[in-house]
Amino acid sequence: MSIKDALNNAYTKWMEGSGPYASIVISSRVRLARNLVEFPFPHQASEETGRKVIQLVEGVLSDPQVRKRLGVFDFVTMGELSPLERQVLVEKHLISPQHAQENGYNRGLALRDDEAVSIMVNEEDHLRIQVLFPGLQLEAAWEVASQVDDVLEERLDYAFEEKYGYLTCCPTNVGTGLRASVMMHLPALKMTQQLNQVFTTLSKLGMVVRGLYGEGTEAKGNLFQISNQITLGPSEEEIISNLVAVSRQVIEQEKLARESLRKEALVQIEDRVYRSYGILANAYIISSEEAMDHLSNLRLGIDMGILRGIDNRTLNELLVKIRPAFIQKIAGREMDAFNRDLKRAAIIREVLQNYKVW
Amino acid sequence: MKMVYYCDECKKRPATVHITKIHNNKKTELHLCEECARKHQEIPFSFEPNFSIHKFLSGLLEGTPLEVPTLPSIQCPNCRLTYEQFSQIGRFGCSQCYHTFGERLDPLLRKIQGNSRHTGKVPRRAGGNMWIKREVERLRAELQAAVREEAYEKAAEIRDRIRELEQRLK
Repeated sequence: MSIKDALNNAYTKWMEGSGPYASIVISSRVRLARNLVEFPFPHQASEETGRKVIQLVEGVLSDPQVRKRLGVFDFVTMGELSPLERQVLVEKHLISPQHAQENGYNRGLALRDDEAVSIMVNEEDHLRIQVLFPGLQLEAAWEVASQVDDVLEERLDYAFEEKYGYLTCCPTNVGTGLRASVMMHLPALKMTQQLNQVFTTLSKLGMVVRGLYGEGTEAKGNLFQISNQITLGPSEEEIISNLVAVSRQVIEQEKLARESLRKEALVQIEDRVYRSYGILANAYIISSEEAMDHLSNLRLGIDMGILRGIDNRTLNELLVKIRPAFIQKIAGREMDAFNRDLKRAAIIREVLQNYKVW
Repeated sequence: MKMVYYCDECKKRPATVHITKIHNNKKTELHLCEECARKHQEIPFSFEPNFSIHKFLSGLLEGTPLEVPTLPSIQCPNCRLTYEQFSQIGRFGCSQCYHTFGERLDPLLRKIQGNSRHTGKVPRRAGGNMWIKREVERLRAELQAAVREEAYEKAAEIRDRIRELEQRLK
């Protein structure tokens, strides 16, 4: 699928709704920060240098030999996209919010046709290799990222040093350059007021909890991203296995909380789930925040077997379909908040109409 | 006396954001504090969080006794970034900066990373001999294990492999 197609389609690889623990873990992400030794980091580089880096990366990825091993990539620079289109890529988690603020021809994106691998060129570092898989599949994501990394390294001169490892623009990424994260849906821990406790424990274990779109963003719809803080010292395998172990614990806690809700407050949960379904299926005006909250209840209802007939994939797709930029992209015009709220409600009603819920 | 509006939403904090909407010729006014105003809109495209990791890091750097004036000012010969500039923006200018600023970085890295030594992946090309060194280390551990298990045939194989790699290091 080309990048232009990706902009018009909400669906992307991580939404499959499959993979281990798919009822709680939406997606797993591995990101590697890499730099080329002969050029200054993007924030210090001229536009010309930036374009040169893009050309080099494009050259490697379009080589037939590389294609055979890594798959087919499409390329675009931020300068070729409208602000709205860049924001759609953020909403699909294919680029970072910071990258979307750039509009130069020296900032690029390479996207594999299955949308599972994306490479941001000249974000904070020359290369940000990202692999996104559905469910809890960090090891698999790391393997793919490492393979892409190996192939790129065969032809690009990386900045690497024995002591500090992979050299990055920001000292918070140096060493492995690895940031692994898991996106989880934790409504029961929230309802039973245990989230703060869980998050405090996570931070003691060197994990960071972030909102839906990473650094500096708020958690919406009970969706949280848990990732490793430290990149220097432990090996990649250690970082990944730690995060997997921690994620399993959080999943266990969420399951326990769901069970106790089922025992202690089943009627209240059923009420919540059906109310949310009622609102989503009938509302004419809905903000994204309200929609996210109700979609969270709907997801919980499905996972707990209260509601049947809708699959996780449809819900995951809605997470993007209801976002402001995607709504406007599909409508083909800019819209103010009120018109977006109207359109959003219509989109949700239409999706839910296709399912017979019982 | 100056009128103080309180936020229409939380009714606690003073209103600093004033929104006037005219819809179908009807005027509505909304007075909000910054916090509630933020809740009122969806993430705008130019949303920039106040918290910046780089500003935060530069704060860490300022507090370190590394910046005593007796240390000569260093400038990266490659990208011309000075240590002072680095401590202001919290970002390096190029990969050479790591070499230029050298040991001054260790305390900072220990502060933010808890470590100052990479033990993970080594790239095949850029890692040069290091990949071989790591492989030798790994094989030595395997060799010891083989000897402990009295698997002498296997141990001999590993020993030969180590010798071969060590030849390449010379």
